[in-house]
Amino acid sequence: MKTTLYNYILELADNCLIAGQRLGELCGHGPSLETDIACTNISLDLFGQTRSYFQYAADIKGEGATEDSIAFLRYEREYKNVLLVEQPNRDFAYTVARQYLFDVFHLLLLEKLQFSQDMTLSAIAKKSIKEVSYHVRFTGDWIKRLGDGTEESYAKMQAAIDGLWTYTNELFEVTEDAKVLAEEGIAIDVSTLKDAYYEKVTSLLEEATLTVPESNYFQKGGKAGIHTEHMGYLLADMQYMQRAYPNMKW
Amino acid sequence: MSEAQLKNLGAERSRSLEEIFEQRIANDQKIEPKDWMPEKYRKTHIRQISQHAHSEIVGMLPEGNWITRAPSLRRKVALLAKVQDEAGHGLYLYSACETLGISRNELYEQLHSGKAKYSSIFNYPTVTWADMGAIGWLVDGAAIINQVPLCNTSYGPYARAMIRVCKEESFHQRQGFEIMMTLCNGTEVQKQMAQDALNRWWWPSLMMLGPTDAESVHTAQSMKWKLKRKTNDELRQQFIDQTVPQADILGLTVPDPDLKWNEETGHYDFGEIDWDEFWQVVKGHGPCNKERMNARVGAWEEGTWVRDAAMAYAEKQQIKKENSAKAV
Repeated sequence: MKTTLYNYILELADNCLIAGQRLGELCGHGPSLETDIACTNISLDLFGQTRSYFQYAADIKGEGATEDSIAFLRYEREYKNVLLVEQPNRDFAYTVARQYLFDVFHLLLLEKLQFSQDMTLSAIAKKSIKEVSYHVRFTGDWIKRLGDGTEESYAKMQAAIDGLWTYTNELFEVTEDAKVLAEEGIAIDVSTLKDAYYEKVTSLLEEATLTVPESNYFQKGGKAGIHTEHMGYLLADMQYMQRAYPNMKW
Repeated sequence: MSEAQLKNLGAERSRSLEEIFEQRIANDQKIEPKDWMPEKYRKTHIRQISQHAHSEIVGMLPEGNWITRAPSLRRKVALLAKVQDEAGHGLYLYSACETLGISRNELYEQLHSGKAKYSSIFNYPTVTWADMGAIGWLVDGAAIINQVPLCNTSYGPYARAMIRVCKEESFHQRQGFEIMMTLCNGTEVQKQMAQDALNRWWWPSLMMLGPTDAESVHTAQSMKWKLKRKTNDELRQQFIDQTVPQADILGLTVPDPDLKWNEETGHYDFGEIDWDEFWQVVKGHGPCNKERMNARVGAWEEGTWVRDAAMAYAEKQQIKKENSAKAV
């Protein structure tokens, strides 16, 4: 098995899986019917992307692996998503901020990944760009609405950005696997996306009349499988059926 | 003209309006939002369309309950798409209802205050994954039986909304049946899960087709306006006749000891429905009525600041636009 490539696919896909899972929790509980539809739609896109990645990963892994064994049967320490996407839906501002801070990165990443020397990754990226362009527009618009809306929404939006900012820097951390594959033109060196990312985010936050946090203290660990305490609950929920009823077709 | 003459003329005019209206319905012509319609027609449609819209929205909750726990990615994606469709159906139906001169906020207010009803079925809990199959197969199945005739109903906006709704509902129903099929072809535990779901959802699904004809207060009027083509009991019989063979294909047992094929009538005979349970649920005392309403009202109240922000932002943008137009 091409372990390096397999690991890199997990690094890409786990972000989609966990972000999709968080948005899926909100179904039927949103502030309006329209936002409910939009959040479900984004969740659906992200799970669709996850499936494409994991089907590819399952081929590489062999040994009877499937998209579902990869999604549902790993231990917490084996998930490589960034800490940002596993953060809970504390309120609508948190949800939107978490998703936006991920979407901007995601789009920048996919715009590069579409030129990957790996044809499967390139194809997945091309398909996903269309979807993620929509996501970033939706979440960006809501940051503006909430930031430049009422006093209350401004305070909540600012609190969400302040709370989540500490998880942004991890997006640009380059893993050993990515480094090796970047040299072959397969993976993207995410550290090269950092300037464009903060420029985009900063400009939108300013437009939303929000303050860009100045903190230089950041958290990391997700890519190495060291997650926040939220992750265990998320996985217990997500994996429940596969753990309780192993080896069955659904 | 004297006052009496004017009054006469007015009465004549409304009589002729009523005659034209009834003629149009008799001729299978659609009534459109700007057409004259009797006040009772308008009110009945607001009641029925909004009840239908509310059912779609409340119906997102029992299925939404399993999104995070769906057993495979394929099923998770299908479930998300389904719940999204339901939200979309809610949107069309609220829009159709708004053409009758009521706002979506008023409709929400009626739902949240308990003045407006939604389908009793969504007050039952989804306790296992098999319930996702049973809901698709039985609940959507019963909904289709109810709704297909509405594609031809006399009020144009409702009829057009229903064409789209019915297409998606039949897709959901097939998906639900496929979930049941997979379970029934699976392990013993899965098959038991499927049987248990059928046991719990069978009778509530039959209740979805409404009270018996003798008890149904709206039937006569609704048949006249083509909101209904068949009575509740006829639709229920159609549902049972169609569904029992499907249970046979699955190898499941319908939980009704009195269920029996009747050669003479060409229909299935079936046992007595527990109407006390039905009325208990309709009156707000089913297993999940309170939770469903708490979830809806809670989402609405917690979302107030978000909707206020969107309004405030839109106003600011409007002012900016006007100011820059003035500057030019």
